[in-house]
Amino acid sequence: MHRELRSHIISLLNADTRLDGRKLTEYRKPIEVERDVVKTAEGSARVKIGETEIIVGIKMDVGEPYPDTPDEGTIIVGAELLPLSNPEFELGPPGIQAIELARVVDRGIRESKAIDFKKLCIEKGEKVWTVIIDICPLNDAGNLFDASSLAALAALKGTKYPSFDGEKIDYKQKTDKKLQLEKMPIAVTVIKIGDKFIIDPDTEEEKVIDARLTVSSIEDGTLCALQKGGDFPLTFEDISKMLDVGIEKARELKKYL
Amino acid sequence: MTYKQRIDGRSFDETRPIEAKVGVIKRADGSAMFKIGNTWAYAAVYGPRNLHPKFLQDPQKGILRCNYNMMPFSSSGERVRPGGSRRSKEISLVTEKALLPVLDLEEYPNSVVDVFIELPQTEAGSRCAGICAASMALADAGLNMKDLVCAVSVGRVADKLLVDLDYSEESYADAPVADIPVAIMPNSGKITLLQMDGEVKKEELMKLLEMGKKVLMNIYEIQKKALKEKYHNGEA
Repeated sequence: MHRELRSHIISLLNADTRLDGRKLTEYRKPIEVERDVVKTAEGSARVKIGETEIIVGIKMDVGEPYPDTPDEGTIIVGAELLPLSNPEFELGPPGIQAIELARVVDRGIRESKAIDFKKLCIEKGEKVWTVIIDICPLNDAGNLFDASSLAALAALKGTKYPSFDGEKIDYKQKTDKKLQLEKMPIAVTVIKIGDKFIIDPDTEEEKVIDARLTVSSIEDGTLCALQKGGDFPLTFEDISKMLDVGIEKARELKKYL
Repeated sequence: MTYKQRIDGRSFDETRPIEAKVGVIKRADGSAMFKIGNTWAYAAVYGPRNLHPKFLQDPQKGILRCNYNMMPFSSSGERVRPGGSRRSKEISLVTEKALLPVLDLEEYPNSVVDVFIELPQTEAGSRCAGICAASMALADAGLNMKDLVCAVSVGRVADKLLVDLDYSEESYADAPVADIPVAIMPNSGKITLLQMDGEVKKEELMKLLEMGKKVLMNIYEIQKKALKEKYHNGEA
């Protein structure tokens, strides 16, 4: 498919550099995290990593709990790969790419217990809060996974409950009560091309990857979600190396929150 | 029944604060951002590019396709379900018709120009903001254009005629309201979008169109300035 591009990228990687001159495990610059950009949302953030730009907005809703967890609220993560953000995206219901992105972000937050679902309970068995996280890329210049997960966390961090009188939500009135974040799960996607490992691929690099591993971890290095992608298998040794990179780089990304 | 003063203190012929920027989405062939008050629109243009499926192609000229979409968190009420509604489909249609007259697509047979409008945040006047952004994005894409397109809503609240209704005015409960989105080609003065809901007399409507035109000439200047800025800043 992209044979020429691939061999060019690999020869650069062998010389310890990349198309844009970056080191192999270096994020693009600048990384920018701006919170509360959308007034109509209960929480929001705009994240830029290089030219990749994403908006995440949080809406809160009240609903019935699941019967098996009557005292727990929940989260819903949605991702729309807007055709505005990439010439290859098409209109229509979320495809498999969007679904995978949403589910990977969901698992990082859910499995790390970043949100204590019990604290979302209003009335056991009757009413609980649902936190709805929507991911909307504005410009997809590569690495939507890391940018989305960072943006989701930044948005959650500033989320305030709307006022709720027991019957109806008044979205016009935000309360001072903040959504509490117990953990900060950060996703770092490590890419394998040939025998090299890189992070933060741009659009060109994404076309020629062999395998990727999205590593969500919290500050003490505990892993909370993983997702392997790409057509090629990974050895134990590959995985060990990729986890090291993922955990180390997560600490670096966390500084932006 | 009189409407004495606008809630945000604007005069009746004054729009909310406007911000405009061009070239905001790097992967697009043309793009723009247009913010009016709390309503915030992005537009990206892709094309002219190959049109699939083939039966949609026109061998005489290129076609224009617009899509208007509110982001799920863009409404001040509940979450907007993604995937489009009857409302967003209709707005996509009238947006297309509002922009088409300024384009010359004869040079691009069998192709499509795609315009994607996304709103991260809305509070009344979102179709007009979308059209303003889209027309700037088309110009940014370097397409042949006869003119820009400028849009704003005009209307009536109780006894007052005014421009750029905000949410409180659109949903004013104590007296009759008319909400009239208008788009114009500023150089020819011709109207490319006209919708209305509410109650208004013909004389009032004609007066409103005049009021709108004045404001739209101002929006036209803002759009031109934003387009020029991109090139002055050497971003092109």
